[in-house]
Amino acid sequence: MQLQKKISNLGIVEPRIFSFGNNRDTDSLMLENGEVLFPVEIAYETYGTLNQDRSNAILITHAFSGDAHAAGYHTGDSKPGWWDNMIGPGKAFDTEKYFIICSNVLGGCMGSTGPASINPATGKRYGLTFPQMTIGDMVNAQARLIEYLGIEKLLSVAGGSMGGMQVLQWMAAYPNRIHSAIPIATTSRHSPQQIAFNEVGRQAIMADPSWDNGDYYEHEPPARGLSVARMVGHITYMSDISMGDKFGRRRNKTGNAETKFTPVFEVEGYLKYRGDSFVHRFDPNSYLYITKAMDLFDLAGEKMLPEILRGIEVKVLVLSYKSDWLYPTYQSQELVRACKIAGVETTYVEVDSTYGHDAFLLETDRQSVLISHFLATVTSDLLEEDE
Amino acid sequence: MISSMNSSSFDYLLIEKMIPHKASVLDLGCGDGSLLALLQREKKIREQGIEIDKTQVYACVEKGLNVFLGDLDSGLEDYTDATFDFVIMHHSVQELRNPGRVLNEAFRVGKKVIVSFPNFAHINNRFQIFFKGRTPQSKSLPYPWYDSPNLHFLSINDFQDYCKARKIKILQQYNLKQNKLIRVLPNLLAESVIFLLEPEGA
Repeated sequence: MQLQKKISNLGIVEPRIFSFGNNRDTDSLMLENGEVLFPVEIAYETYGTLNQDRSNAILITHAFSGDAHAAGYHTGDSKPGWWDNMIGPGKAFDTEKYFIICSNVLGGCMGSTGPASINPATGKRYGLTFPQMTIGDMVNAQARLIEYLGIEKLLSVAGGSMGGMQVLQWMAAYPNRIHSAIPIATTSRHSPQQIAFNEVGRQAIMADPSWDNGDYYEHEPPARGLSVARMVGHITYMSDISMGDKFGRRRNKTGNAETKFTPVFEVEGYLKYRGDSFVHRFDPNSYLYITKAMDLFDLAGEKMLPEILRGIEVKVLVLSYKSDWLYPTYQSQELVRACKIAGVETTYVEVDSTYGHDAFLLETDRQSVLISHFLATVTSDLLEEDE
Repeated sequence: MISSMNSSSFDYLLIEKMIPHKASVLDLGCGDGSLLALLQREKKIREQGIEIDKTQVYACVEKGLNVFLGDLDSGLEDYTDATFDFVIMHHSVQELRNPGRVLNEAFRVGKKVIVSFPNFAHINNRFQIFFKGRTPQSKSLPYPWYDSPNLHFLSINDFQDYCKARKIKILQQYNLKQNKLIRVLPNLLAESVIFLLEPEGA
């Protein structure tokens, strides 16, 4: 069955800011490590309309380098938000039916409070004095936003990669505040391989002399380091096949090589381009903090995963991608296994794709069909409950 | 009424009658989910399907069913004993690599088990082997030998022997020839069979 609705775009969307924690004693954000953060700003966007009984809200959680701008266009932009192919009228997250919320994570650099924000206590940027926030802290901040929007229970929370970690955290921390969850291409904890790739990125940033112990805001940022970190990242997001399809061994068209090691292959030029353009939109310290939060994430900790999930009344759709070697299928299968043991209502599909980890952003046809039907089922279950 | 139905929906009707309201049901090899969808609609069951074919899994999700993409030979070990009121193996047992092991698991995780399969000892099949000397092809066994999902060929008598040896109680048994129930000489005259079973000691 195809999505029968006409598909169109959201048009111009507006970024917003939610601030809280202005009063340290009553309103601040207590972090998992015991530190207190205040005030806190969370950048967010919403699409669609919240219905009368506030039952159609879905929270989208973004991946490592994502932001609150998930869909539609900002004024003057030529490119839409990062999941525009999934969110909009007639799309999987259908804005004619659902009220979609997406916020920038705590510790990020796209409008939410993070290491590049001004610390009101000192009047200077936090830099490395910013507390090491966790995935749990990100979700706690999101829960405050959802509360502020007047939503008691989300219809669903959905996201891929680090977004999927937040989805899992919602399941564990706030099971009574979500009806369903869609963790995509994710894991309950990083493997040594995933930690290793993140560490290479961090070391690249910290090895750049401009990093200056994170205190670079008054001078040039560690752009070379961040660019190299991003290049490594991009390699892990693709697959052998998708790189072969995209670049082959084709050479750059530019004529004279400036040095012996000027990139000659298209793949080199592409990575350099992706690395360099990332520098313009991402704070190197945020890179360090967020990747660390991902590495530290361990949903079950000392416990067993099924213990964490036992008894929760959340319907779950787990998706993984066949060629994803960064968040391989076995990690999703471990989640599914835990859901089975815990008796959680779960659907699991491994989707065929050659795009590697990027598939959840690119291979959206299959994903759309699965998600739109899953959300329709959750909605109709809800109506039955009400009757 | 019944004569106007195809044989598959007659199967489904018999299975539906075995299942009480709000039961928990695991369907092993649930295909496109049409049986589970029927049970969900009519009996409000708490369902879980397992299916190896991706296209079929998509069809299940479209029907709003809980389903795992996975293979049956290893898909059950995570469940604790008696997790489900019913485990259904509807025309899947003959397609498994290791049916003995999966049946053991089905009897462990299910309080009751429904097993159906094509009866290899049906008279048409016997005729084809005896007089033509060829692997039978019929309505219930439509595949040529080189392109068949069926890995095992068993008869109603075979399965009854199996149950007897393992002290499995046969609570109900429907012998079918298309839309008709066969009452005499089932192992000779029935094309397929549905058993409702209860494990030893239950």
